[in-house]
Amino acid sequence: MPRIWKFGDSVNTDDILPGKFAPFMAGEDLFQTFAFHYIRPEFAAEVQEGDVLIGGRNWGLGSSREYAPQALKKLRIGGIIAPSFARIHYRNLLNLGIPAFEADLTGVLHDGDEVSLDVESGRLTRGEEVFQLTPPPEFLREALREGSILAFYRKYQRFPGEQEADP
Amino acid sequence: MSSPDTAFPQPHRPQTMAEKILSRRGRQTVYAGDLAVVEVDQVMVVDSIAQSFIQRMQQDLNAVPKYPERVSIVVDHVAPASTVSVAQAQKEAREYAAATGVRLFDVGRGICHQVLMEEGLARPGWIVLGSDSHSTTYGAVAAFGTGMGATDIALAAASGKTWLRVPESVKVTFTGELRPGVSAKDAALEMIRQLGADGATYMSIEMHAGDRFTRGERMTLANLCVEAGAKTGLVVPGGEILDLYDVPAWVYPDEGATYVREVVLDLSSLAPRMSAPSEVDNVHDVADLRGLRVDQVFIGTCTNGRIEDLHAAAEVLRGQRVAAHTRLLVIPASSQVMESALQDGTLLTLMQAGAVLGTPGCGPCMGRHQGVLAPGEVCVSTSNRNFIGRMGDKDARIYLASPAVAAATAIRGEIALPEDVRPVSA
Repeated sequence: MPRIWKFGDSVNTDDILPGKFAPFMAGEDLFQTFAFHYIRPEFAAEVQEGDVLIGGRNWGLGSSREYAPQALKKLRIGGIIAPSFARIHYRNLLNLGIPAFEADLTGVLHDGDEVSLDVESGRLTRGEEVFQLTPPPEFLREALREGSILAFYRKYQRFPGEQEADP
Repeated sequence: MSSPDTAFPQPHRPQTMAEKILSRRGRQTVYAGDLAVVEVDQVMVVDSIAQSFIQRMQQDLNAVPKYPERVSIVVDHVAPASTVSVAQAQKEAREYAAATGVRLFDVGRGICHQVLMEEGLARPGWIVLGSDSHSTTYGAVAAFGTGMGATDIALAAASGKTWLRVPESVKVTFTGELRPGVSAKDAALEMIRQLGADGATYMSIEMHAGDRFTRGERMTLANLCVEAGAKTGLVVPGGEILDLYDVPAWVYPDEGATYVREVVLDLSSLAPRMSAPSEVDNVHDVADLRGLRVDQVFIGTCTNGRIEDLHAAAEVLRGQRVAAHTRLLVIPASSQVMESALQDGTLLTLMQAGAVLGTPGCGPCMGRHQGVLAPGEVCVSTSNRNFIGRMGDKDARIYLASPAVAAATAIRGEIALPEDVRPVSA
């Protein structure tokens, strides 16, 4: 059963993946093992597929480095829920197909809670409790249905939400 | 290159600068909250994502750059290479540029934002996307600059376009004049303090400064906007910008445009400011932090590595010596900056004071090489981030300040004001 990993406010991209462990520094196969290296050193070894990250305000502030969310993708997390996201990181998460939900659950969910997250409906359940989350905007879900924004563009040669391609 | 002046329906209510630029480049009238697919005038790729970029272009998109002349690769984040794997990544970037015809600015040319500005690859009314969060810097010349990840950057290179949610705008108005010893960096840090590290998330910060500030100072202001979470930071053209650029009339914000928040910042009331660890909005008066022992001072980066920054530091350091227990690292933002500083004697002044010079580029700013910090060390840096572990060990502490404050600190070996080491000229 997926579990909750809870973090505080202002978790930045250096916290998620310190710059010195970027793929081209640490190696393409290894960099994800340094996720949260300083603030949660046990994370990479113990996280399991589908685990959900609960963040505080302004999750992902800082760099545009896409290898920060890529490390989380490689560790197969199920999604991230935070009251607010930094914009570049939010975009990177959705582009890579990592579900991100804007909601403040820091007060009700705790480290190690067993949960299940249904991305399509935005329903997070813990035992009998159900938390209804607001899914990402329609145009982004349009891309996610194709797997990623890259897959969408490759198929339609236009952006989601774009009415028609330039002649 | 297509002209941003392409005709499109006239807006029916007043627009902010961000709304104006995205309307022009999307060829439809848009307002905050709308989704716009817009033409991109320049796409910038830094060395640290070059491999990811190439992989997305070739494997995921099976595409080549639609307009090679609108794509630039800059080798600046780890330049020269520090390891074999970095060297390999940079080699692939060079080969890709040669094969596709995109521009390549190689080791030593300088920091991406500085180089694009020097090369005229950011202009008023343009949209410039960079694979570096400080791509807001291009707002100094009224270009809509914004940072994105490797996927978005690859899509922009392949299509010539990107999608953007049109941002709400915060209006920041600068009044009064800076006192001697106080700089645009101090104004920027104060702006961040007032807005908070997430105060402008998803938004545009539109800065009204009249004719105040040079292009370089405007770059410092726009650069730091991302530290308040902003998507872009636009300085309304004025002063030097009008001499340097052909500024289209349409780029100015309309009277009566809608802002979610307005801040007025009186420059005359400002004292030198400093961000203490470990968030950029943890801003204090330098006077309150004075006396803290410092191991390293770093003057450089896309925030403050320009010629006027080196001049400000040299003015404080002239005839003085860096404290015995402190290292002063100076890295010019570009080869042009380095050449100017060499020709006018600035580098000699800095070196005679004990500065160590590095190759134009990002230096130790993101903790990969050239001056990273040991556990427990304290650094005063002219850069833009003081996150834990940013510039080396997680137990090192980074304070952010202006070049003049950094120089004074280097002389004292402890946090100091310019007036502590020499009288400030009026």
